Amino acid sequence: MDGDHACCEGALAAGCRFVAGYPITPSTAVVERFARRIPRVGGVFIQMEDELASSIAIQGAVWAGKKAMTVTSGPGYSLMMEHIGLAVMTECPCVFVNVQRGGPSTGLPTLPGQADMMQARWGSHGDYEIIALCPDSPQECFDFMIDAFNLSEQYRVPVMFMMDECIGHMIEKVTIPEADKIDVTPRNYTKLPPDQYLPFKPAENMVPEMVKAGDGYRIHVTGLTHDYRGYPVMSADCQEELVHRLVNKINRNEEKIRHIIATDIEDADVVVIAYGITARVAVDAIALARKQGVKVGLLRLVVVWPFPEAVIRDLANKGKALVMAEMNYGQIYYEVERCAQGKVPVLLAGHGGGDVHKTEAIAEKIVEANKCLS
Amino acid sequence: MSVIDELQQAVKNSPRQSPGDEHPMSNFLRMDRIPHIWCPTCGIGTTVNCFAQALERCSIPLDDVAVVSGIGCTGRVAGYVKTDSFHTTHGRAIPFATGLRLGNPKLKVVVFSGDGDLFSIGGNHFNHAARRNLDMTVICVNNFNYAMTGGQVAPTSPTDSVLTTSPYGNFETPFNLPFLAESVGATFVARWTALHIHRVTESMIKALMKPGFSFIEIIAPCPTIFERKNKFGDGLDRLKFYHDNSEIIHGAPTKDVDIGLRNKIIVGEFVDIERPTFIESMNAYLKRRLGSDYDIYEG
Repeated sequence: MDGDHACCEGALAAGCRFVAGYPITPSTAVVERFARRIPRVGGVFIQMEDELASSIAIQGAVWAGKKAMTVTSGPGYSLMMEHIGLAVMTECPCVFVNVQRGGPSTGLPTLPGQADMMQARWGSHGDYEIIALCPDSPQECFDFMIDAFNLSEQYRVPVMFMMDECIGHMIEKVTIPEADKIDVTPRNYTKLPPDQYLPFKPAENMVPEMVKAGDGYRIHVTGLTHDYRGYPVMSADCQEELVHRLVNKINRNEEKIRHIIATDIEDADVVVIAYGITARVAVDAIALARKQGVKVGLLRLVVVWPFPEAVIRDLANKGKALVMAEMNYGQIYYEVERCAQGKVPVLLAGHGGGDVHKTEAIAEKIVEANKCLS
Repeated sequence: MSVIDELQQAVKNSPRQSPGDEHPMSNFLRMDRIPHIWCPTCGIGTTVNCFAQALERCSIPLDDVAVVSGIGCTGRVAGYVKTDSFHTTHGRAIPFATGLRLGNPKLKVVVFSGDGDLFSIGGNHFNHAARRNLDMTVICVNNFNYAMTGGQVAPTSPTDSVLTTSPYGNFETPFNLPFLAESVGATFVARWTALHIHRVTESMIKALMKPGFSFIEIIAPCPTIFERKNKFGDGLDRLKFYHDNSEIIHGAPTKDVDIGLRNKIIVGEFVDIERPTFIESMNAYLKRRLGSDYDIYEG
């Protein structure tokens, strides 16, 4: 099956029983499959009037007790930004799938891009942290969708599932394990009675326990800055306590959330860093460069946000030259450069999207990086 | 004695609260959030009172009720009612309520928000929720302006209204909300003013008990901005205006109930029809198509 279909199956396996979506290429196949599958599984698909509606309908469903996601691409993702902020502020666990295409604006609806990575990170107003995952195959679309849902429940945070058009439309064999072999994180509902429960008081891991509407807790949930009771408080002190926790509950757990796949980097002089479809092109580029005698390895970022700063710092401290390969003009490159702190050369193999990298383009950067070392 | 005199007399004669007494609405309001932010003689509080009475008379347990608001003065209702309550983003209360209701069809979902929130930034969502006949009651407090941000012109501001962004008077044509609601498929449509408290409560009861998409517009005084800038006096003067200028015509054709700045206001229950709800349609349709592969969805 293709990545879009595998993504849908992963969501179902993770317990997702509510999807609100709006048609947009190249993501539509995810919701088409969900619309076909969900009546036989027990749940709801609704095609909303736009992405603004989709991205908040899922949050209503979450507070009703469902696991929920929405699925979109470039322009639709732009429309969803305000509600990513709402999900962050109200600590609403949900998943936003973005099958990236070329942008800006309508851009290249049927061709790939990886240029929404910073938008995933900072697209809504205010200061916050989210989690973003990048699969590089249909199998990973299935496997990591389950991770995406589990992480959203564990940290009560919207998780961005950042596919791209290539991965979405790529057909490969996907192995779906038996249901009892799939590790699904249930929502962390409180055991406290209503008179002792404070909906936004952090428990372990800085994450508050949840309830759902209709359970008699009569909670108040607001996008305004709020105290432990969920009541609005317009003060710098409350803002500091709340927003600092929203940021720290992700940042301080970066190591636990971290998911990187390192290949042949121990003896490498050059390390290519990549994610999504570009990581697959990088494998070929690395083989090509190795033929030319360059000791080069691959660091693949599955979790791009929160950014594995310590890993990059460590590579820089070991004197390895870094090549960032991505389908944009340096969105993650500047993160890598920041963490390298000028200790090693950091090169960008980037372009504006529309096609995957040419293998040679990345290989040339590897060779160039290797020359910079000597 | 005029209605206004009667009201004043009734207030004078009502039992006085002593400092230690429990507030009569304490079961329904988050008393730890009182005093509220609404201006003296604003109409929003009146509508909340009517809502509390309607819920009580319907015998709907408060644990089963969820109130969803957008942003604005009326958007603050969700913050004061002691039900599960959600203060969402500007214009998006209805799609949030859509997810909430579909996620748990046992909830009684009520959207309580203002005219700018529901019909300007959120207009499209109103259309589609009504078209789908989603089970929810939408209560719109219409004060003809964006009051929270200081009194800007709204899509409901009558032509000639003076507001901060229509300083020479509004030259646009406002929405006729009952006409809009009927044309997009609402099954119950009523309009009252904040003076008609018993009738508001009665209509709310009907709306709450009726399956499907029900809509109530309540015209309410905004003494600080709309009434002041348009020289209507204070909130009480405005209630007097409502009293002298509103006419009850149940079943009036909604196309005829548009509102002018100083014209007669037609109020009443205009629409009350039967139509299958979204969930009823979904269940009936999918059962027919999928047979034993489909279990009736109940949440």
